[in-house]
Amino acid sequence: MSYRLPQQSGEWIDRNLTFSFSFEGKTYQACNGDTVSSALWASGVRVLGRSFKYHRPRGVLSLANHDINVMLENGIDINLRADVLPVTAGMKLDAVNTAGGVVKDYLSVLGWLAPFLPAGFYYKAFHRPRLLFPFWENIIRRMAGLGVMNPKAPRLVSPKTNLHCDVLVVGGGPAGMNAALVAAKQGARVILVDENARLGGTLGYDSSSGLGPGQQLEQLCEEIEAHADIEVHLSSYAAGYYADHLLPLIGPEGMAKVRTRQLIVASGAYEQPAVFRNNDLPGIMLGSAAQRLIQRYAVKPFERGVVLAGNEQAWRVALDLLAAGVELAAVIDLRMDPPPAGLIPPAVLVYSGYCIYEAVGSSGLEGVWACPWDGQGNADQSRAIYIPCDGIAMSVGWAPASALLYQAGAKMKYDEDCQQFVPDSLPPGVHAAGRVNGIYGLADSLADGERAALGALGLSSVINLLPASQASHPWPLVEHPKAKNFVDFDEDLQLKDFATAAQEGFNNIELMKRFTTVGMGPSQGKHSNMNAIRVLARLRDEPIQRVGSTTARPFFHPVPMGHLAGRSFHPVRHTPLHGWHQQHEASFTYVGAWQRPAWYGPDKATAIVNEVRAVRHAAGLIDVGTLGKFELRGLEAGEFLERFYTGHFLQQKIGTTRYALLLDESGVITDDGVVARLAEDFYYVTASTSNAAAVYREMTRCLQLWGLEVTIVNLTGSYAAFNIAGPLSRQLMEGLTTADLKQISNGGAIETQVAGQQARVMNVRFVSDLAYEVHAPAQSILSIWQALVEAGQSCGLKPFGIDAQRLLRLEMGHFIVGHDTDGLTHPFEAGLDWALAKDKTFYIGQRSLKIKANKPLTKKLVGFTLPHPPANLPDECTLVLEQGRIAGRVTSIAFSPTLGQVIGLAYVAPEAGIAGKRFVIRHQDGSDVAAIVSKLPFSGAAA
Amino acid sequence: MPYRLIKFAFSKQHPEAAFFRQPAQIRDSYDAVIIGGGGHGLAAAYYLARDHGITNVAVLERGYLGGGNTGRNTTIIRSNYLTPEGVAFYDASVKIWENLSQELDLNLFYSNRGHFTLAHTESAMRTMRWRAEVNKQMGVKSEVLGPDDIQQACPQIDLSCAGHAPILGALYHAPGSVARHDGVAWGYGRAASQMGVEIFQNTEVTGLDIRGGRIHGVQTNRGNIKTGKVLSAVAGFTPRITQMAGIRTPIVIHPLQACVTEPMKPWLNTILVSGSLHVYVSQSSRGELVMGAALDPYELHSTRSTLDFVEGLSSHILDMFPFLSGIKVVRQWAGMADMTPDFAPIMGRTPVAGFYLDAGWGTWGFKATPISGKTMAETMARDQEPELIDAFRLSRFREFELTGEKGAAAVGH
Repeated sequence: MSYRLPQQSGEWIDRNLTFSFSFEGKTYQACNGDTVSSALWASGVRVLGRSFKYHRPRGVLSLANHDINVMLENGIDINLRADVLPVTAGMKLDAVNTAGGVVKDYLSVLGWLAPFLPAGFYYKAFHRPRLLFPFWENIIRRMAGLGVMNPKAPRLVSPKTNLHCDVLVVGGGPAGMNAALVAAKQGARVILVDENARLGGTLGYDSSSGLGPGQQLEQLCEEIEAHADIEVHLSSYAAGYYADHLLPLIGPEGMAKVRTRQLIVASGAYEQPAVFRNNDLPGIMLGSAAQRLIQRYAVKPFERGVVLAGNEQAWRVALDLLAAGVELAAVIDLRMDPPPAGLIPPAVLVYSGYCIYEAVGSSGLEGVWACPWDGQGNADQSRAIYIPCDGIAMSVGWAPASALLYQAGAKMKYDEDCQQFVPDSLPPGVHAAGRVNGIYGLADSLADGERAALGALGLSSVINLLPASQASHPWPLVEHPKAKNFVDFDEDLQLKDFATAAQEGFNNIELMKRFTTVGMGPSQGKHSNMNAIRVLARLRDEPIQRVGSTTARPFFHPVPMGHLAGRSFHPVRHTPLHGWHQQHEASFTYVGAWQRPAWYGPDKATAIVNEVRAVRHAAGLIDVGTLGKFELRGLEAGEFLERFYTGHFLQQKIGTTRYALLLDESGVITDDGVVARLAEDFYYVTASTSNAAAVYREMTRCLQLWGLEVTIVNLTGSYAAFNIAGPLSRQLMEGLTTADLKQISNGGAIETQVAGQQARVMNVRFVSDLAYEVHAPAQSILSIWQALVEAGQSCGLKPFGIDAQRLLRLEMGHFIVGHDTDGLTHPFEAGLDWALAKDKTFYIGQRSLKIKANKPLTKKLVGFTLPHPPANLPDECTLVLEQGRIAGRVTSIAFSPTLGQVIGLAYVAPEAGIAGKRFVIRHQDGSDVAAIVSKLPFSGAAA
Repeated sequence: MPYRLIKFAFSKQHPEAAFFRQPAQIRDSYDAVIIGGGGHGLAAAYYLARDHGITNVAVLERGYLGGGNTGRNTTIIRSNYLTPEGVAFYDASVKIWENLSQELDLNLFYSNRGHFTLAHTESAMRTMRWRAEVNKQMGVKSEVLGPDDIQQACPQIDLSCAGHAPILGALYHAPGSVARHDGVAWGYGRAASQMGVEIFQNTEVTGLDIRGGRIHGVQTNRGNIKTGKVLSAVAGFTPRITQMAGIRTPIVIHPLQACVTEPMKPWLNTILVSGSLHVYVSQSSRGELVMGAALDPYELHSTRSTLDFVEGLSSHILDMFPFLSGIKVVRQWAGMADMTPDFAPIMGRTPVAGFYLDAGWGTWGFKATPISGKTMAETMARDQEPELIDAFRLSRFREFELTGEKGAAAVGH
């Protein structure tokens, strides 16, 4: 049968646009605007999902985005919330976490086992015998979890936006709407966000509130829409509060990050369930859920129902049910005093001073046992009455939606009159309005919104409201010896679980949360935390204020990772020669963000051998545009370098280059490069590719500390460079420049024209004894490179990549920082004593080195060869062993085509580091490989 | 159905006693006082009582038990470190972990999943080889695996990482495990309490009574306590305590963040770490993905969360697992990591006689809980460190004898 009501005045559905969808293999009809829950409920479906632990049938609870027992999967996405998921044509949906379907979930047998499984049961069992734990763990893991993740689901790429405003209002109910309007009228730029598809909040469904709510809502919406300075975000939620008023708004399409001057939290309150036996049967819902069904979706919540009353709201719910044609069997009022006359038609049976002791039914509600009670949880069963019914609307209280306030640093206090936490002190720029502030009732909410808006703009207001009285019942919980009186629907926690947790010593709210897992489910305690706090306060015999609440952390509501990730940003850097490399079959490798040619041509092994041969016998070209490149100018530039690096630079002759070794304060090698002095007050400095950014950062940091007269310009991106190496390199270069390169053959540097372009040429002998590094502005490097390639075509010049470069420098016996050194290597270990100026008063790391110099060396970097190399060489980073103990490791190893043998660098025990001595490398396959220490450079290497 | 659950169903009263004795009053004096009721402090109390017969001990916790980094970490247990000293130490810890549930008679959900440290660059591959070789030499199971092996262990992973950072291989560490963090604190706390240790929550240390270079007691917000032995096991609060003691350490505090998704059915059976993408992920027994990333790059004594953390982390997780786009992050949080320059802890005696330090646990403290408790208990009982923790002594920073573990940190820091 259909539970669809005649047209309701403010309904959200479009009856002219209907379509079908399937749920658990059956087809149903929905109107446009329906959520899955409302459409199914309208079709008479009552079991919409199964609970997490006991697989109990569950239906509509809140219809407010936290019915987490009604989660769906559609083949792509999992854990979709049926209560807010709009139906679209042809949807195919199933409930998550059922065994055999939502109707006949055979795991519901777990409900019978509940007495065996109190809170924290899994800490007490399954670990003995130890060998069986994996078996039990496997079962437990499979039982846990909700939806089944689909590894074929597509990567969603959603854009992110950044927004700025004067006032962000979270919550589009009466308080929030009015706050937005008042602020905008004062000239503020306002963003108003609400998680629902339409504005209105309680004004949209709580029809008896105030006067002519329909009209009032329409009027507010029109005013908001008409105001140019109010930007409305619907179906969006503020997922968290971050420092300096940053709030991400999560909408269906993605995330908008809002930075606001002032924040008004008008997020309302969550209605809270009452706790009694079987309070989870389908048909038992919150009063506001019944109202939402009626007013938004024109769905009759049930045929014959009772209202469980604990506050004023209950009377309005009762009237709404009557208006929707529900047969109201009774109002069961937890309060002792009968209601004042006139609130409810006299024909309605009201049991004041009664509670619901137990609900009856199997897959849906069939009736309730109501008993007189003492208001403290104890029912008098001797006077129980049975009321057949198929629905209960629970209106017993609220909990403020205060997560954002807590995250922002608000202090909350428990208002004993209102029976609710309300803000005690708010951080600067953060304001609260409406129910989250303890303010109920339409007129008061509107006024409170106005007060908050004026406060946010620094204007004074005469409005000063006190929290509503008795908005919530102080103890809506009823004991039952057979339990199944659920406090937390996410985790199927029963009232007694809290007592047992406290008995076991977990009587602190945080420990109780962690032991029982209350509030740790997907609804994050929105309907369970408040009752849990009440229970703990009673167990500890303390006021609620002293029990406090658990820390509220982001997110207020779960956020899809796709929205958080956005488009993803992976920067890649290319040198100006990148296009040329691509045209010449370069295989690229990443060095940090840079893409560099590793080798050229189709086959790696032959390419590397040919590239090495070209450098040794003719000439080779390598793009080194990724090096860090810095200009230091100023009278004290030399003094700066003198302090920064370990060597001497003050006396460095103009037109020369020097090796530059950088240490950190503990004397560890962090980088090396070349310093060229191009004028009295002008140095050009390079740093290694990987460390370029760090070196520049350190230079600027030191410059601030030292206060020297130096200007540092980072040319890493705007300058490019290459190295031409090999016996023919001078000849090739001389064809393109008028400069006398012989003059710089031994560590020189000049500024000159190469191939008609201004360039800096330095003698840098990293890969070959005869080699020049050419540095030029990015836009002119390609023409120089091409001119050299053309000139070298006939004599065997080849471009080479970093793989060949690594081999060439190894032949030369040069180490690479970070490759042949690690985070603790100091110059003595790396054999770099020569690079340390002995007569300087200061350089970075000098003090530490003085201490280290007095300690015995523990290892030493040496060159080695393998007399009997195995077919499969030891990997770099295999260990060097000394009588079975770890003495060091291989840092570089390769077969040198030039030398016809395997060469490498390794750390060995200092006493073993003498040319000709043998040591042992432990191959990764477990065998021992003999190695012989060799002098550096390896003889016969340089060309 | 395990026999042990049966008693729950057939007892009229819930049959379990309180985990911890919580005496109303703190006494005037104890043989030893442990500052910090996290895993480390409670473990030290347990081993002091069990191994050394010192039971007249008070554990003082500023908040609630396990509420600091014990309850905030991502629970990964491994011993695939880089230095021989580190490997030996963490391996000793793993050996205790393996039987800890049985020893404490509390199911810690110690779950052996295998641990992959993914390498996306040649230089990362070299570090993996280095760690593997050191581990093997120390008798710890670690090996370098290729992409195919990774795909086999985790068929869902996109080995190309969306083309941004192709996976070249991994360090596979078979003993890698996860455990239920809270349970560790509760289990040690319960066992210590049963042997007579007194545990006080909501009890903050406000000062130390140091005279003549020796500790004589502690001051708390609930009164003064006389004692000759004090252990500080307070992770992110270490600088505050060492300041009270007048001791200098090179520790700086950085926030370390983590987050967790909604639960889903099990699919990820291994622990995955990517240094290049700065993320690590495992799936809890409840079905949530537990994810973490690099340290926040700034010093801060705070546990506030940031949006950029979870944005960057999601982006990198989706590089590996693009199908998780629609999976929702439920909660994020932060802990305060007490970082040392060499990424190794600081353990043992201090210049103040009777005052012992168990600190510098940065991002690697949870896995060391059992062994740190055991070795610190021995240090306190004998006033002498066991050799196992010699490499972690405070004086190493003055002596330039660092224990460089940066290369073994989970993700780049």
